[in-house]
Amino acid sequence: MLEIGSWKVKTGLAEMLKGGVIMDVTTPEQAKIAEEAGACAVMALERVPSDIRAAGGVARMADPTIIQRIMDAVTIPVMAKARIGHFVEAQILEALGADYIDESEVLTPADDLYHINKHDFKVPFVCGARNLGEALRRIGEGAAMIRTKGEPGTGNVVEAVRHMRTVMSDIRRLSSMPKEELMSAAKEMGAPYNLVVYVAENGKLPVVNFAAGGIATPADAALMMQLGVDGIFVGSGIFKSGNPQARAKAIVLATTHYQDAKVLAEISQDLGEAMPGLEIATIASTERMQERGW
Amino acid sequence: MQGAFREHRRAFESLNCEVVEVRKPADLQGIQGLVFPGGESTTMGKLLYNDGLGDRIKELAAQDMPMFGTCAGMILLAKYINDSDQYRLNLMDITVKRNAFGRQIASFEADITIPALGNDPVRAVFIRAPYVQEVAPNVGILAEHEGKIVFVRQGNMIASAFHPELTPDKRVHQYFLNIISEYQ
Repeated sequence: MLEIGSWKVKTGLAEMLKGGVIMDVTTPEQAKIAEEAGACAVMALERVPSDIRAAGGVARMADPTIIQRIMDAVTIPVMAKARIGHFVEAQILEALGADYIDESEVLTPADDLYHINKHDFKVPFVCGARNLGEALRRIGEGAAMIRTKGEPGTGNVVEAVRHMRTVMSDIRRLSSMPKEELMSAAKEMGAPYNLVVYVAENGKLPVVNFAAGGIATPADAALMMQLGVDGIFVGSGIFKSGNPQARAKAIVLATTHYQDAKVLAEISQDLGEAMPGLEIATIASTERMQERGW
Repeated sequence: MQGAFREHRRAFESLNCEVVEVRKPADLQGIQGLVFPGGESTTMGKLLYNDGLGDRIKELAAQDMPMFGTCAGMILLAKYINDSDQYRLNLMDITVKRNAFGRQIASFEADITIPALGNDPVRAVFIRAPYVQEVAPNVGILAEHEGKIVFVRQGNMIASAFHPELTPDKRVHQYFLNIISEYQ
């Protein structure tokens, strides 16, 4: 029996992206630079997160023309972002043939209560999470891949680190619980019971988990990998830096050789200026993208 | 390196086989067979080219070391890639077409028959998969799906368009281990 868009096929593509770097791009030229540098996928956008942050207002799905042109320019998978809860943007991206949809807090949410029912789609989804409960709620809704939220567009990795450490420590906590405590834990976390049991039994998420939000240097990428993520999303960090080609390539190598400090020292040289960074405390809590989603 | 290496590791470990991850030429020391996982072939190509890892692997292939590529790994082993000048190891006399079944939205799983593994069909997962368009006479066809070649063998090298590492059926991995024992 032939089955299209099965759970195995959705989570399988994320498995194939492991150990790789997914880069935000806004033009076919940038997409080619990313592919040439060794990106395992690109995220097609109208504006990178730091520009979205600067522009303010309502951020929506990118113009399909841009996504189409980027799909035509490269052979690697092309992802695109839909607003939280905006299932019609997701339907449009699926119809365009996007390979993965990011239901993303970088865009302005379209629904203040509910996320998209991602099981309704053949195309797989990735969603952001700050802790295990949030990750399992998204997986329960059908996300086939998870990423940290971090604080997008800041070039500041501290929030991604916090989110990853929180998820890992939540997983460790569940793993050490006797079975009778799991239902209460599920209630506390607001997570589906069957997924809580899975995590407790397996000591890991049932899907691939990437780092995203604030990664700007090869060292940032290697830090997240050493903390246990499966791969890296880089948003503004590449095309808002002084030398995107060199930095993109270095971040790819850092993600492969994340345990080898000698290699990291070598590839971190001569990369030009990193993107300008933002201290999280200077961003009003209402402006923090990570607070979006429920 | 990049891709589904963890799943291959688990599959081989369940068959009592010791697995090491290869990221640089020094990691090739002492291995008896090489697996190229599914992932992105352009990404893996860059990493192979970058520090001479690919050249070292070609030397091992010249000594008939058993090699097994799945999906992106199949593309890396091929001599000819339709419509692409990307890096490849240039080892198998096959012409492959990338993303040949379409984008992710067309990715699928299906039962295929692999006569070399017995009559029970194998559940094969195809993800943005390639297929083999042409093979030289020295290449054996191990399986087809709807008339497309999806599993081949040339000497000690095998390559599949699907992902046996994503399903619990270990027959393809056992088949590769048998090639290694015969080679020893």
